[in-house]
Amino acid sequence: MSFPWARHYEPKAPFMRWLDEKLPLPRLAYNAIGAGYPVPRNLNYWWNFGVLAGFCLLLQIVTGVVLAMHYAPNATVAFDSIEHINRDVNWGWALRYAHANGASAFFAVIYIHIFRGFFYSSYKAPREMVWLLGVTIFLLTMATAFMGYVLPWGQMSFWGAKVITGFFGAIPLVGEPLQIWLLGGYAPDNAALNRFFSLHFLLPFVIAAVVILHIWALHIPGSSNPTGIEVKSESDTVPFHPYYTAKDGFGLGVFLIIYCLFVFFMPNALGHPDNYIPANPLATPAEIVPEWYFWPYYAILRAFTVDLHIPFTSIVIIPAKLLGVSAMFVSILVWFFLPWLDRSPVRSGHYRPLFRKFFWFGLIPSVVVLFYCGGSKPEEPYLMLSQLAATYYFLHFLVILPLVSAIERPEPLPFSITEAVLGSDKKAVLGENTTPAT
Amino acid sequence: MVRIIGFIVGLFFSVMAFWAFGTGLATVASQGYLQERTAESVFHRQPRALPLSSDGWFGRWTDKDNAQLQRGFQVYKEVCSACHSLNHVAFRDLTEIGYSDAEVKAIAASFMVPGINPDTGEDTLRPGTPTDYFPKPFANDVAARAANHNAIPPDLSLITKARAGGAAYVYSLITGFQPIPPELKKQFPDFETPPGLYFNPYFANLNLAMPPPLTSNGQVQYKDGTNPTVDQMAKDVAAFLVWTAEPSLSKRHQVGWPVLGFLIFATILAYLAKKQIWAENKQEFAEEVRPARRKAA
Repeated sequence: MSFPWARHYEPKAPFMRWLDEKLPLPRLAYNAIGAGYPVPRNLNYWWNFGVLAGFCLLLQIVTGVVLAMHYAPNATVAFDSIEHINRDVNWGWALRYAHANGASAFFAVIYIHIFRGFFYSSYKAPREMVWLLGVTIFLLTMATAFMGYVLPWGQMSFWGAKVITGFFGAIPLVGEPLQIWLLGGYAPDNAALNRFFSLHFLLPFVIAAVVILHIWALHIPGSSNPTGIEVKSESDTVPFHPYYTAKDGFGLGVFLIIYCLFVFFMPNALGHPDNYIPANPLATPAEIVPEWYFWPYYAILRAFTVDLHIPFTSIVIIPAKLLGVSAMFVSILVWFFLPWLDRSPVRSGHYRPLFRKFFWFGLIPSVVVLFYCGGSKPEEPYLMLSQLAATYYFLHFLVILPLVSAIERPEPLPFSITEAVLGSDKKAVLGENTTPAT
Repeated sequence: MVRIIGFIVGLFFSVMAFWAFGTGLATVASQGYLQERTAESVFHRQPRALPLSSDGWFGRWTDKDNAQLQRGFQVYKEVCSACHSLNHVAFRDLTEIGYSDAEVKAIAASFMVPGINPDTGEDTLRPGTPTDYFPKPFANDVAARAANHNAIPPDLSLITKARAGGAAYVYSLITGFQPIPPELKKQFPDFETPPGLYFNPYFANLNLAMPPPLTSNGQVQYKDGTNPTVDQMAKDVAAFLVWTAEPSLSKRHQVGWPVLGFLIFATILAYLAKKQIWAENKQEFAEEVRPARRKAA
């Protein structure tokens, strides 16, 4: 599964030799994240975010397990128990802010990780499985984060839960019974809060398991790299340790600085003030908005304001709500199909002039607009803006990407990673005659 | 096949989103404005600034601020507590704003809290102790509604975190009561303040169920000699409510700086380590690979 020149684990201490015979766990770690894993030498800082995402998961599990020791998942006391953590538990405020802002940090890191994948087409063969598992992790993380936000049982917790579980009500025929079954009632209440807490505790460990598969699948072809060409020889790689452990260590430091700025100096900047009001089923907040990391999907949901009906009649085929809900799910599910939608043999956006234009001037602006509009009130001009952005979003992945990969003439690739590192000119002599790597 | 289905699905959602855009555009074009002008959207005002010692990344409550926090507590006790609870604050917490243990005991004893008669087991009221929480002014929501024109006075412990604008909002709201401006009446003749409500431009829908709580200078007699103007009392109680919302605020800011300092130091070390490790690599790389490449070229 690795390159032939990968270093081999040689236990020196007698205990390590003994352990290696009985349970070769150090060998596993050595080959996975140690000197035994050869990695392309040209990875840039965008490649730090996988390790950072793993760190965030660990951070959330550690802080979350301790918070669960003090939290009470019951609708009558949940809100008070959060305040108990903030006020009476030793360093409870630090734990709670670390966990709440840890969720935001996790999503920020995951989004950068995913968009790095988009630009460098990390989803392409032979790494399709890495990508599929990654999108699965993302979906699980979204579910976990949503349920976690319900736990403080504030106004936004309650009404967010009501809106999001309401999606299931849009499914034809089985929608309403399904929604009631999922919630354990007609509206979010103690039953829903209890199961959300149970699942919120369980899912991170499921995520951790899928992360292990994600890394396992990655180690079979090895890491991708900014040129998108495959590793050809030993000079193309360096051992993960110490080269990338050192680089990731620096990245982790920068990440922690930014993260701690939020935890210690603006812990509520990313939250909504209404969530400091206890949940009240009888008082609808002026605006119901999810956490910032769900804004793009919320914007897509609300962008579909028109029923699909038979022209010149009032017979509705698909109601607007169902359109919005399905568009929202499709907006993420479409990522699963990227390896087969994007057919260009060239991976890196650096060598794909047309793709690059659509990425920087199409996808990125449309996602930024969706982010902004999802956090705004559902009124004009935000609705129209999100409708335009949603139009482009679906075109980008399902129409533009397949077409671009068919008509685009990629720029010449360097001969090897080694050459790409050494030569400042990417159109080096040997590159011109080289066929793109497949 | 994936691409054909994808193409159809993508076009479908794009067309529907664009259709919705067209419909929205037509609506906006026909009505001639983006958002309807309402009295609320035009006359709702942003809170006035209220500088406090807790502001900013270096902000913290010091001994100097205890005077203000204690004055704010006095305003809460003598004015706000008639209608508003302070559920998350215990009397013992008051030591953090400079009261001595004896003073806290005396303050607690001045409140009657729910208790149980040790002889009969019946519900009764007893003087508070430092471990008790502030008692609620109303027995339940129904009683609260009945006494307040069908509105429930919100709990104040978290109010500065639960409202956009925080302390500035609290300060602006309690000093913001005024007659309906003539300009509003001119633009929106239908607008009125129903009986039992009070006009206040700092409240989102302009009409507020709370009557003006601070009506005259000297309503509260400050022990430290500060002139108890309405403005001063509003400032003090807003400061006190910043403290009740987050008693750990000072500690959070104080701990943050050493943490940040350590992280910056560690990150610089990590950067230097990374640089050194990769420098070795570059050297080795140049010796081994460059000659080979020259031959190939």
